[in-house]
Amino acid sequence: MKANVTITLKKGVLDPQGKAIEGALHSLGFDGVENVRQGKLIELELPETDREAARAQVEAMCEKLLANTVIESYRIDLV
Amino acid sequence: MKSAIILFPGINRERDMARALRLAGSEEPVIVWHKETSLPQVDLIVLPGGFSYGDYLRCGAIAARSPIMREVVAKAEAGTPVLGVCNGFQILIEAGLLPGALMRNRELKFICRDVHLKVESNDTRFTRQYATGDVIRVPVAHGEGNYFADDETRRRLDGDGRIVFRYCEADGSFSTEANRNGSVDNVAGILNERGNVLGMMPHPEDHVEPHQGSTDGVGIFRSIVSAAA
Repeated sequence: MKANVTITLKKGVLDPQGKAIEGALHSLGFDGVENVRQGKLIELELPETDREAARAQVEAMCEKLLANTVIESYRIDLV
Repeated sequence: MKSAIILFPGINRERDMARALRLAGSEEPVIVWHKETSLPQVDLIVLPGGFSYGDYLRCGAIAARSPIMREVVAKAEAGTPVLGVCNGFQILIEAGLLPGALMRNRELKFICRDVHLKVESNDTRFTRQYATGDVIRVPVAHGEGNYFADDETRRRLDGDGRIVFRYCEADGSFSTEANRNGSVDNVAGILNERGNVLGMMPHPEDHVEPHQGSTDGVGIFRSIVSAAA
């Protein structure tokens, strides 16, 4: 089973890269754009076939390594 | 005093760290490779600066999960003093030995310059050779030194006197300009609850001899050596 993990800075944590991207978009004329947040995507493959078990494994990976939960939140999509 | 310097792939400040320790009176530090699983009996463990694992994932994240870190955490929890500088500070945070997080600098730039630090407490084994309120000049060289912690952690750190160094102006006053990386409360260095683990972004080992332009950093190493005596 494959999983996509999306990691972004938590709401309330300043994202200077997101702000810089937002500024660049405005300067290109995309005036209405707001709340741009930059994150990262981690794709991984698991031998596990049970969805619940797979989700639990990836959650443990996020808590232990993939995300820094002091400042980051994560979303797991099983595909 | 016996000391060990932990070496991860991508670390590049271990020799200057060893030199600073020798100058302050330490025996020749033992260099320990990250794949080791045990440490000799030492009075100090140092995690020096650099770019472990190319800063992949998050600065210090991969190094913090390497084999030797289990032993470093065990020794730290048993009371052995641990000093982490720059990437070493990031590794200590990723390993859970210090609270908070170090994020990308506020202005997204790598900052390489001298800064001034206020010694907020000399009641620590790392700063006893300074006076509380001293201002020292040492360099920083980092892209991700923007210290962040939630409000409760900040209050606790402050209340317990565990914010050891703060970025300040040369006269000791605080300003946004002096706090270039954007750290909360101008935090440059913090202690753990027990007082035996110090993490700091600036490089005291770079200012220990006159030809480096300042010897303001030597007090940290002399403090550690005198505390171990």
